Amino acid sequence: MTIKTIVKGTAKGIVMKTSSPINFLGAVDKKTGFIRDENHDLFQKSIKDVVLVFPHGIGSSVGAYTIFSLKSNNSAPLAMVCKKADLTTVSGCALANIPLIIITKEEFDSLENGKEIEIDSDSQNKL
Amino acid sequence: MELTRQEEAALKGEKGETLELAFRILVATGEAFNAERLIPIKWAHLSGVNYNTIGDAGEEFLSKLSQDAKVATRTTLNPMGFDIDNVSNYNLNENFLEKQQSIKDSYERMGVVPSFSCIPYEIFDLPEKGTQVSFAETNAAIYANSIGHLKTNKESAFSALASALTGKSPYSDLRKDDSPNLTIRIKIENPNEMTFGMLGYFAGKIAGSSVSISGVKNLNKRSCKSLCGGMGTSGTCGKFVLDDDEKSEKVDFDEKELQKIHDELNTSDSGDLITLGSPQLGLDEISDLASMLKNKSFKKRCMVFCPRVVQQQARKLTYANELERAGCEILSDCCTCLTPLIDKKDVDSVITNSIKGAYYLKNSNGVGVNLKPLSKIIQDETK
Repeated sequence: MTIKTIVKGTAKGIVMKTSSPINFLGAVDKKTGFIRDENHDLFQKSIKDVVLVFPHGIGSSVGAYTIFSLKSNNSAPLAMVCKKADLTTVSGCALANIPLIIITKEEFDSLENGKEIEIDSDSQNKL
Repeated sequence: MELTRQEEAALKGEKGETLELAFRILVATGEAFNAERLIPIKWAHLSGVNYNTIGDAGEEFLSKLSQDAKVATRTTLNPMGFDIDNVSNYNLNENFLEKQQSIKDSYERMGVVPSFSCIPYEIFDLPEKGTQVSFAETNAAIYANSIGHLKTNKESAFSALASALTGKSPYSDLRKDDSPNLTIRIKIENPNEMTFGMLGYFAGKIAGSSVSISGVKNLNKRSCKSLCGGMGTSGTCGKFVLDDDEKSEKVDFDEKELQKIHDELNTSDSGDLITLGSPQLGLDEISDLASMLKNKSFKKRCMVFCPRVVQQQARKLTYANELERAGCEILSDCCTCLTPLIDKKDVDSVITNSIKGAYYLKNSNGVGVNLKPLSKIIQDETK
């Protein structure tokens, strides 16, 4: 098994993929879900209601609250998919009940931006 | 991850909602990092205090949690949004004051020490070498692991909160004797504190959970804190070792890399006001600043952030008077990062020597940033 479930759940949605790590506190607007860091390749895009595929979270420990706020403001991604676990993303998703899975580099590379995917942490395939 | 029978019961909710939530976080993080079990910790330091950073959702969460939650170990706290002694000088609205007060009350109800500082390592005595702690503030976690001889993950606000409520944390890599597999060689003549901040920012981007740094001669307190702050901002790296490990992969940090980071974070050629203290200044740095400002005064507003206890010591030793004479506004309990005291409606750009401060001022406060080392700030901005 190469896919690891960190926070259980199911989700079906469009992949929004970036190869840049995300600093949730600095780069994401906690009310709207828009990316406001102009150096980030998702700048001015919203992560609301997508399956967010990114390498891992970085930076401030308070980013976990940003993830929780996104969920409370109905602006959170449907699910998150990372290449590497980081404490901010893991604990934020755990508290906010946002499904989170960790995948290998090969699987990460094979996911296409804009495609619809389904995540089911309880099924055999998960993706 | 193996849980004891008691931990298992708590996870199932048999010991109440608070512990169920805390164990849910600990188990998710433990599983994510392949930790085999939970271990006891002796000190938790929490982030998620400033209303600007945690918002209404955070305020409501803490208010509800604190109705019955109590910390199970010594727990200290990051800065909040303002300093009650001078908050009336700033245009903060009633809603901010009210929500910030509620957050403060929630933490105090849970039994947290209201230290409001991002440099717990400078204002509290450190426990003995090798002690397991859980520090959420990133600069503090990196400092604790690298200089303070303590062991912590680079905790998140929630993983540290879960540790505070249970006195436990997953036994993951940084808590063991993790050795870096990457060495960054510093190739810059006469580095100042900003060079070290940018080195940290660079290291955070490329290193794993820890990194070796070679070629550092004199790392003073200011440069060391700048390094920790920069590293915490850009990555997941939670520890550095000043060493050149022969076996590890090497990367050079040279003028070209320095310039790249400078170009990313420096967005203005000048600024309307100066901020010093991200991380907050300790007593040594306040004393240094007072001597650098002898017979000089700032031509612009200069906000100086330090912990309450440091300000009290600085008053006794007259440093505070000297700073105020030179035009500094001394602020405690709060910090540059995501401060509500700097609003883009009033301020176009800010001068600072902090790499961490620059990142959040630019991205979160939405103001321009003019980066300069402290010596240059004093040279250019005083008369």
